[in-house]
Amino acid sequence: MNTRPPPRTAVEFDRVSIVFGDRPDLALPLMDQGRTRSDIQSATAQILGVHDCTLSVAEGEILVLMGLSGSGKSTLLRGVNGLNPVVRGEVRVRDGDHMTSITNADPATLRRLRLSNIAMVFQQFGLLPWRSVRENVGLGLELAGQSPAQRTVAVDAQLALVNLSQWADRKVGELSGGMQQRVGLARAFVTNAPILLMDEPFSALDPLIRAHLQDELLELQKSLHRTIIFVSHDLDEAFKLGNRIALMDGGRIVQCGTAREIIANPVSDYVADFVAHMNPMAVLTARDVMQPGDDAAPQSVDAETPVLQIMEMIRDGATTLAVTDGGARIGTLTPAHVMGRLVNPRG
Amino acid sequence: MSAITDQITAAKIPVGDAAETAVTWLQINAGWLFDTISDALNALIDGVTFSIESIGPIGMTILFTALTYALQRSVKRCLIVALGMLFIINQGYWDRTIETLSLILVSCIVCMGAGVPLGIATARRKWLYTVVEPVLDLMQTLPPFVYLIPAVIFFGLGQVPGLIATVIFALPASIRLTHLGISSTPMALTEAATAFGATPMQRLVKVELPSAFPQIMVGLNQTIMLSLSMVVIATLVGAGGLGQPVLNGLNRMQPDLGFESGFVIVALATILRVMLEVRKA
Ligand SMILES: Nc1ncnc2c1ncn2[C@@H]1O[C@H](COP(=O)(O)OP(=O)(O)O)[C@@H](O)[C@H]1O
Ligand SMILES: [Mg+2]
Repeated sequence: MNTRPPPRTAVEFDRVSIVFGDRPDLALPLMDQGRTRSDIQSATAQILGVHDCTLSVAEGEILVLMGLSGSGKSTLLRGVNGLNPVVRGEVRVRDGDHMTSITNADPATLRRLRLSNIAMVFQQFGLLPWRSVRENVGLGLELAGQSPAQRTVAVDAQLALVNLSQWADRKVGELSGGMQQRVGLARAFVTNAPILLMDEPFSALDPLIRAHLQDELLELQKSLHRTIIFVSHDLDEAFKLGNRIALMDGGRIVQCGTAREIIANPVSDYVADFVAHMNPMAVLTARDVMQPGDDAAPQSVDAETPVLQIMEMIRDGATTLAVTDGGARIGTLTPAHVMGRLVNPRG
Repeated sequence: MSAITDQITAAKIPVGDAAETAVTWLQINAGWLFDTISDALNALIDGVTFSIESIGPIGMTILFTALTYALQRSVKRCLIVALGMLFIINQGYWDRTIETLSLILVSCIVCMGAGVPLGIATARRKWLYTVVEPVLDLMQTLPPFVYLIPAVIFFGLGQVPGLIATVIFALPASIRLTHLGISSTPMALTEAATAFGATPMQRLVKVELPSAFPQIMVGLNQTIMLSLSMVVIATLVGAGGLGQPVLNGLNRMQPDLGFESGFVIVALATILRVMLEVRKA
């Protein structure tokens, strides 16, 4: 059999706390008591960015940081390339065959990692308006000291990949928002950095363009296999793109898992509210909606059967279904129970 | 006088005495420095004057018109510049114009050479700007005649004290506008550069200066206009130039002299503004 080694860790958040203000030492004890941001701000004039976030992202994974506005998604993301300094804990990123601390990196190391290991895509694009598309895409290579001749090949190949070849010599201001963000994507991809940080890159675009760019990103990812940390406040986007999703609230990670794990077992009302509008039929399977137990039943289904298919069997007259996993019966499905789980996943 | 005003004037704050002491002290102890500055500025002015003289009036007309086209891509502006130059030559003021133009060009070199780095430095350090800001206010509000006196004491009569007075008057504009341009660079742009590995120097050269470029050009334009407005005052200390006929006209009550050279100054100002103005793309 063809067994791959388990993917290595690409980014590690190790109990990361970020505080805005010049006296984080005052805020940290209150943060450890679980106090809220507004509490801490009125008590110490320090602003809680994120508190005690632990998370590890595997190579090749798309991890989505999701949560309401102000929940600390951008702050945590910007800890990965040091745009926001971590006051306690540590962020480590893969650097060849070992992990290197961003938090404790000296300026030269930080610069090297930014040049070659970590690229970023911004919500407001962050393109230099006086430059052409080509010059914008080449920024990272230029900062690394490559001459225009050296970077042309890579830049033009990247422009072709995002379908912007004909626009290479235009000023970025002449492009539509969607095209500008394709320039932003090309700029991030061209340095070959294995880690990509994306801070709501598609939020400023209208819905059709957004869906289109999401598809393009997934398509690119199939061939490029980058590690992507993607910030979004849009649940559909998170579920469409993310291999896993970390839900944030008030600067803390409240739940992290696959879409299915989160919908099947929301840990709190905040999470349940967040996923309430998702269509669970798309992600849940028999395993998530069954009652454990080994009851006899005339018909049986595999544990990984999608809920949609089970609903069709119920519509067609099935009253009790046995759930099997590798031949063993592990549970039972009844119409009432399936309905109950779909209406209230926490029940 | 009333008792109260007597009391107030009793112990006069020695502003005048302090200034005199400072000037005397500087004259004795820093004479070598002023001599060096004077020599350097004189050399600069002579060099620029020599260049303009060798190019000649027709050559300068062609040069300015071509430069206007290169910077502005507008035939209308080229026409204004060319006609302005021809008017100056027509009035017979070319030699005076050379003196004034040299003074303005050197003033621009000094003001931009010092103003841009100072503007960058103050944009980087808030405290420095709080220190520099009142000094700039003072430079802009103190009547130029006041600092003309020590300028003559230190540098003697001639073009150098005129240049010094002009620079003191015009320098704040380029500092302020560079400061404004650099500090209003969108955070999103500097952060993007940082995220892609820019060093502070790369950030300055590749992001902040290009972003501040329009303001820096406005600073250059203002430097030119402010320098032009000092032409007559500079003449008072022997700098010559287009202010000379104005002063002569004033002394002899000859309005024709005043108006002729006045319009030549206006023409020169218009030419430089039309040539160098920054327009939004
Ligand atoms: N540079 C900053 N200075 C002070 N407070 C900040 C700064 N950046 C973010 N914050 C605060 O940190 C909190 C989290 O912000 P952010 O990470 O941007 O949230 P999100 O991206 O989830 O919307 C917010 O309360 C925000 O006001
Ligand atoms: Mg954000």
